[in-house]
Amino acid sequence: MNNTDSLQGFSEPLAKAIAFIWQEAELLDKKDYARWSALWSEDGHYVVPIDPDATDFAAQLNYAYDDARMRKLRIERLTSGFAMSAADASATVRTVSRFVPVHLSADLVEVNSAQILVGYKRQAHTMFVANLTHRIRFGAEGPKLEQKVVRLINSTDALNALGFLL
Amino acid sequence: MNAPLRFHPRTSDTSYAELVQGAVVDPSLYTDPKIFEVEMDKIFYKTWVWVAHESELRNPGDFKTAQIGRQPVIVVRDRNGKVNVLENRCRHRGATVCEKHKGNATGFTCPYHSWSYGLDGKLRGLPYPEGYEDVIEKADLPLQSLRVGIYGGMIFASFNADIEPLEDFLGNARHWIDLFMKQGAGFPIKTQGEHKFSFKGNWKIQLENTTDGYHFPVVHKTFLQSVDAETSEMLSFMTDDQSITRSLGNGHSVMVMVPEHVDLDADDGSEQLQERFSHISAELSKDMPPEQVRRIVRSLHGAGFNLNLFPNVAMSMSFFRVLHPVSVTETQIRHIALGMDGGPEIANRERMRIHEHFQGPFGFGSPDDAEAWERVQTGAYAGRNVPILVNRGLNREWQDDNGDKVSHSTDETGMREAYAMWKKMMEQ
Repeated sequence: MNNTDSLQGFSEPLAKAIAFIWQEAELLDKKDYARWSALWSEDGHYVVPIDPDATDFAAQLNYAYDDARMRKLRIERLTSGFAMSAADASATVRTVSRFVPVHLSADLVEVNSAQILVGYKRQAHTMFVANLTHRIRFGAEGPKLEQKVVRLINSTDALNALGFLL
Repeated sequence: MNAPLRFHPRTSDTSYAELVQGAVVDPSLYTDPKIFEVEMDKIFYKTWVWVAHESELRNPGDFKTAQIGRQPVIVVRDRNGKVNVLENRCRHRGATVCEKHKGNATGFTCPYHSWSYGLDGKLRGLPYPEGYEDVIEKADLPLQSLRVGIYGGMIFASFNADIEPLEDFLGNARHWIDLFMKQGAGFPIKTQGEHKFSFKGNWKIQLENTTDGYHFPVVHKTFLQSVDAETSEMLSFMTDDQSITRSLGNGHSVMVMVPEHVDLDADDGSEQLQERFSHISAELSKDMPPEQVRRIVRSLHGAGFNLNLFPNVAMSMSFFRVLHPVSVTETQIRHIALGMDGGPEIANRERMRIHEHFQGPFGFGSPDDAEAWERVQTGAYAGRNVPILVNRGLNREWQDDNGDKVSHSTDETGMREAYAMWKKMMEQ
């Protein structure tokens, strides 16, 4: 399915959300962080927790817990050319699927999904496998991300350092 | 510089210790699998290795698993409150008896044949014992215990039954451990989560980095650009002659980046608290006297130094850095966040946000460190007879009355101390 396909049995809010999530995934694989930034609502949070059961993210240590300010700083860092992990970041391809709605209404969709991301750098492929939860608000300005939570299945073990976004 | 030293060709008579010659090191220390094997036996299985902080084991039955070199161990508080470090290996056929990272248990049972052990390691029971009558005595088959030493809440263990007391091993570093713990601002220190990441490189590349002030403005340029001006100023130690590195003996060293935060109890009142923490000051001021608020806020970035304890742990400003050598070309690192045990939640949360900002695989700092270290590992395969240089600052290093060697924080005094200890241990 893509942006122009028929809904193929999905409800309209879910289909719109899936199209949005795929668009987001492509922007991240292209490392088009400026356009990715525009997908967010001002009060949105991008979270990569450590504890697989975490829900109160502010009360725990996370890998990333970014409000608008931290997202802006992170993007500046990734695009500055001076962060060697980002300047020489892995190429990535990610597949997002297994969409299951958590909340569906005309103006708000929360959806769980599975992400298989493969990074490639220095002759090595590295997998980053995660459960995602997107909360997307559909308003007058179009869809905006209110929260994205990336729960890596190996979050409590040692990860490879990242020069890109999950 | 002196004439280049010749490390090659190595012969069967070449000792590993010869590969460290003063302030230059043969790159095979990063790349030779045989050296790694000897390091396990002569360093990691011989000396004190950090395994836990006491706040991770508050109650009887609390445990965590850890690794010393390749060997899995369990760190556990028993019914009497004593901390035991036990080999995580059933005495029957060798399976691990615990696979969880941490938790609380009444004992450990091997999943293979249900041999069960107490928190002190004693073999309590095994099924169908008639096959063992007159064959074994349970008392002879506990989980093997390691020597345990605790200083300032830091728990170390050793496979070496004859090792010197921990306090002697830490020596001059003890003073700096005491100073480090002052960031609790009157509260005990507790751990509050950890980042784990791995890089494709030798463990000594990370060991060197903890007292490497020289790399900071280069590798961490984008981190410094992302913080407020006051934090950036606090970390601008490159030309500050009060910012020093000090060797502490036994491979330990300390690098001072923020001289005014070495002793957080000492406060002449001249330091302006950072504007970014004003909301925390305001919140704390509701039910704390101004001096205590100031004490807590001044401590949010931790102590003003990195203390590097040979071979595997650093007490690094506001966190513990623990390294675990996986193979000659792979190292795992944990950055353990710290907070005030019983201290104000708003300040402990701020400490976690500060930790997330720099540390871990997604931080603004650690990924760039990891990138530099992987480049070192890759580059080290080029250059036989081209040594690794750790000679920066030899021209201005001086000796303090207590024997510590001292130089500027951008100098490689700490690395020389670590390699001197490496050489000493590899010679034994």
